Amino acid sequence: MSLSMLTPAFTVERNQDRCIGCGVCVKQCGNSVHHKDEDGFMWVIDKNCVGCHRCAVLCPTQALAIKEFPAALRPNSYWSTSSLREIYAQAETGGVLLTGMGNPRPFRSYFDHLLLNASQVTNPSIDPLREPMELGTYLGSQVSSLGEREKPLLKLDMPIMFSAMSYGAVSLNVQKSLARAAREKGTFWNTGEGGLHSDLQEYAASTIVQVASGRFGVNPDYLNQAAAVEIKIGQGAKPGIGGHLPGEKVSADVARTRMIPAWSDAISPAPHHDVYSIEDLAQLIETLKVATNFEKPISVKVAAVHNISAIASGMVRAGADIVAIDGFRGATGAAPMRIRDNIGIPIEIAIAQVDQRMRDEGIRDQASLVAAGGIRNSADVVKILALGADAVYIGTAALIALGCHLCHTCFTGRCNWGIATTEAQLSKRLNPELGAVRAANLLQAWEHEIKEMMGGMGINAVDSLRGNRLMLKGIGLEQHELDLLGITAAGY
Amino acid sequence: MKIQSNSEYCLGCGLCRIYCAAAHDGYNGSVIRAFKKGTPQARAGLIEHQQQSWINTCRHCQDAPCINACITGALQKNNEGIVFIDGQRCVGCLTCVMVCPFGHIQPSLDFSRAVKCDLCRDLAEAPVCVSHCPNGALRLIEEV
Repeated sequence: MSLSMLTPAFTVERNQDRCIGCGVCVKQCGNSVHHKDEDGFMWVIDKNCVGCHRCAVLCPTQALAIKEFPAALRPNSYWSTSSLREIYAQAETGGVLLTGMGNPRPFRSYFDHLLLNASQVTNPSIDPLREPMELGTYLGSQVSSLGEREKPLLKLDMPIMFSAMSYGAVSLNVQKSLARAAREKGTFWNTGEGGLHSDLQEYAASTIVQVASGRFGVNPDYLNQAAAVEIKIGQGAKPGIGGHLPGEKVSADVARTRMIPAWSDAISPAPHHDVYSIEDLAQLIETLKVATNFEKPISVKVAAVHNISAIASGMVRAGADIVAIDGFRGATGAAPMRIRDNIGIPIEIAIAQVDQRMRDEGIRDQASLVAAGGIRNSADVVKILALGADAVYIGTAALIALGCHLCHTCFTGRCNWGIATTEAQLSKRLNPELGAVRAANLLQAWEHEIKEMMGGMGINAVDSLRGNRLMLKGIGLEQHELDLLGITAAGY
Repeated sequence: MKIQSNSEYCLGCGLCRIYCAAAHDGYNGSVIRAFKKGTPQARAGLIEHQQQSWINTCRHCQDAPCINACITGALQKNNEGIVFIDGQRCVGCLTCVMVCPFGHIQPSLDFSRAVKCDLCRDLAEAPVCVSHCPNGALRLIEEV
């Protein structure tokens, strides 16, 4: 096609008063935006820029500013600039629009419409610096009867775990960073569906391994060395569809870990071909429990979709020890844009509904509830726990801690931050020693903040926060939304 | 003491050299002033070979050939083990440039003297190449 109607998404502005021509931008840009001629003349190709800010962050004189390309289309509140751009792109390629990370559309964030309580006069608040504060919690089935074998539990020092991100979708250095941070902070990281790399076996005790529809890398050792096993049914960013790791990302190392031929496409089918009903799920859960000698809790992860409370109820009855629910803000390394942006429901409503349904049915103690998808900060953690979750998974926040700038182009495999890539020259950009410190710092910071917020509410243990919806009030919400969340409006 | 470069994580970005140049010759670490107004010179080199890169800087040898070869006693070792050049004494004979087995010591841009890594001994904190490496590829280690 001769003419592209797409104008660049970003423009790179170079402040010549500051630029020293060092060429760091040229070396660091994996998208060939920056160029330097032999005579020192520096120039850019704006259309290649994805807005990852690698050049701007590393520029030693802050000479670079990445701005939205000023393509002043006639203002139109219905046909937005992005609508037009997407159509131009499809008219050029005839393809499905791909994207990465989570749903960016301006749907209502219920987190931003929830307010927390604090103690005043009638009950004392607690100073977490002076008094003990318990953030530890256990995940798994809390039901056991006399004479019955004790059910396995996961002990978390804080109610935050790292989401499933597979080797192949992210670089090995990402997994190393998260694994080290998880071990240091007494929590867990999740392999995703790509198997457990041999370099990471030393972190096995802090690892949740995943069994997904592609069954990549699953073998008895994989299951038995982990702390828990998770069956991945769905993912918040792309409920109802499978995964496709393109062959060019399946390097020899990825192939070995996934136990598939190198450079072949790694395709995860949309459904598990042995799970077409709750009864089938029960069989798979039982199979995994037998395979792990009933010593590992079995988690089942689904995307938050319509009727999620009935689905979760079925999962618990099928024997899941942990129910992980991924909201529609959950991220991915690659998904069709229409799927990511239009499918699923908010995690806040899903957790509130599932927690209530499990309580109503008297099965809340049979399984723990883990919330994932769009947890941005410690206040979101506190709010989702108060809505009924036992713990959260953080994925996007963890990647941002490692350097991700949310440019949404993970699917290209050209991540300039060394995160969503398996290319050696790019993945070396994330030194796991630094990454582990950054990820652990994030957990530590959130831990402090959660303690402060809990202390303010007069709560000294995370177990007393779980499902404590009296600590939440809604602001700017309709009555039906308040009812769904099981809370009252601010002022009541 | 010396700087150890880990090529596994060296990106070859060259920021070590930029901050090195700005830290010396009186620029006080200001990159813009050094490069816009002056003629900064990095003390370390960057070697790039087959997609690997690493910094070529002074090993601060125990029995340093440059000190032995210096005709004026400008090259010295302080009690921390840092091999440095006393600018007052250097006459620019460049014997040290020739004897350095690692090709680290260079002539100054005007060839009036020799320049080399002094591990930023005038600064209280770590050498600037180490503190500004974006990927933790450089470390200051005690052994020689």
